[in-house]
Amino acid sequence: MAIDTTVSRPAPERLKTGSSRERSTASIVFLFLLWLSLFVAFATLVVLIATTVVEGWSRLDSRLFTEYPSSRPEEAGARPAILGSLWVIGTTAVMAIPLGVAAAVHLEEFADRQHWFNRFVELNIQNLSAIPSIIYGMLAIGTLSLLGVGDKNIVVGGALALALLILPVIIMATREALRAVPRELRQGSLALGATELQTTWRITLPAAVPGISTGTILALSRALGEAAPLLLLGGLVFISFDPNGLLSGFTTMPIQIFAWTGAPQVEFHQLAAAASILLVGILIAMNAVAIIIRNKFQKRW
Amino acid sequence: MSTVTTPRGPVPPGHAGPHAAAAAITHHRRRPVEAVVKLLLRISAWLSVAITIGIVFSLLVPALSFFSEVPVWEFLTGTRWAPQFADASFGVLPLVTATAWTTFIALLVAVPFGLGAAIFLAEYATPGVRKVLKPVLELLAGIPTVVFGFFALTWVTPVILKGWFGLDIGTFSILSAGLVMGVMIIPTIASLSEDAMSAVPMALRQGSAALGANRMQTTIRVVFPAALSGIVAAIVLGISRAIGETMIVAIAAGAQAQMVTDPTMAGSTMTGFIARMALGDSRVGSLEYNTLFAVGLLLFIITLAVNAVSIRLVRKFRQEY
Repeated sequence: MAIDTTVSRPAPERLKTGSSRERSTASIVFLFLLWLSLFVAFATLVVLIATTVVEGWSRLDSRLFTEYPSSRPEEAGARPAILGSLWVIGTTAVMAIPLGVAAAVHLEEFADRQHWFNRFVELNIQNLSAIPSIIYGMLAIGTLSLLGVGDKNIVVGGALALALLILPVIIMATREALRAVPRELRQGSLALGATELQTTWRITLPAAVPGISTGTILALSRALGEAAPLLLLGGLVFISFDPNGLLSGFTTMPIQIFAWTGAPQVEFHQLAAAASILLVGILIAMNAVAIIIRNKFQKRW
Repeated sequence: MSTVTTPRGPVPPGHAGPHAAAAAITHHRRRPVEAVVKLLLRISAWLSVAITIGIVFSLLVPALSFFSEVPVWEFLTGTRWAPQFADASFGVLPLVTATAWTTFIALLVAVPFGLGAAIFLAEYATPGVRKVLKPVLELLAGIPTVVFGFFALTWVTPVILKGWFGLDIGTFSILSAGLVMGVMIIPTIASLSEDAMSAVPMALRQGSAALGANRMQTTIRVVFPAALSGIVAAIVLGISRAIGETMIVAIAAGAQAQMVTDPTMAGSTMTGFIARMALGDSRVGSLEYNTLFAVGLLLFIITLAVNAVSIRLVRKFRQEY
């Protein structure tokens, strides 16, 4: 997954070849095809953003933030969805980050990697990261039923699904960040008399914070854009109040966009586009922060 | 007299945790608080196994109650999917063919363009160019799939497929959903393949260049084969993402569960069916409700199998440098 690569490896020195060899017809066609591949990806990104902005710009105003969903498009807004997204993502972060970091610390710092069970855990995490997101919605339904919760459309239920979804991503990113911390730092700390946990808490983890935060921000941005598991939890409901707690009913921005996309009137498509601009804007900002942290704060040992 | 051996035996370098060597020294000083904290860390790591078990149970219990009413064979081989009709029929093949088509179309887009982008980034781009292009590619991976679905519905189908190519195509189609899904997967394949190619040692490229190969020949005949395990893993991960993708197909592929024989048709994929069914108001525990989990179980098994293939292939082709 693209967002898993948090620690960029140092770029290899470029291969130098004689330039005359690079001018054969085949080489030029090959290079053209490579350019075309990148062009397709970037052109789609540009067209996607441009068409969304053109369609939704007129509706990207204060009504989006202050109004509740309505059957009349001119009065409709995404206020509950925006607040719902904040609640769900906040709760997701609280659940997933400590758990993911703790699991990664165990696997990377303390676990005996030769032991069959730890290898199984590793394989299992790799597998979990490739399970479709909608399955996590079913897991959340199952868990809530087990706990005897009747109404599944609650903030903590949605957060549970998303937290379990991004947990493998956070674990893998944290492990990679911990692995990049050189052994000598740990050995120095241990040599000075620190215990293993003191070393982990005061030396290894602080050194890995940039890598961990990059991975975590990207994982949370994935959760913010995710709709499929929440659909199963009855996320597509008509919420006309501000979500106000962990047990409150909720809807989120991607689901609100999905609801408006399905409406027949063009005005609702404009609303969907306006909400998409807002959502993509937030995600771009989160990505930018992650990239800045990666480029500025990540030490090369 | 026998030689003294440590109880754990020698630990090969690079495989044990960073503390393994120190463990023996500091062992006698471990404090009770530390033991508790370590136990908590251990439990967090084991929780991932609990998640898998939880998934299996959440799917299996309702699915088993479904299969007690509908024979597995009928489910797997039936060609008519109509769980909500009066004369209900539970053949899952229409959903499977739709999923196969969207996945196939997505790969037709994502594999060539993803590999092209990866080759350019790994072999041709200067570090400066790469530093600019990679984040943009990651951005494409960060666009929510619901926005991709909206894009398929309001732009790709009406403007590109109907307008530019003049296809006789409805509002919803497998083709449109598959194409957009392909673009969504490009960054996955590009990023992982690029990592694989960047990991190929420079010495191999230099050797190739020294023998008179140019950059294209080096890329195709030396770097590409050497990175094959990583590239195959990237493609397989792309397949599993395409099979599991929900929102794009829920928005753009349509709702009719029919055997898809032509990509311009509308169709309901496995994930699309689950999403739509979840929106309905079927009673918890009813046969209708349980179909959700039967399809979910099938989806889970398929992605698990695909993933197992990927892990095997990587092991088989892996070359250590």
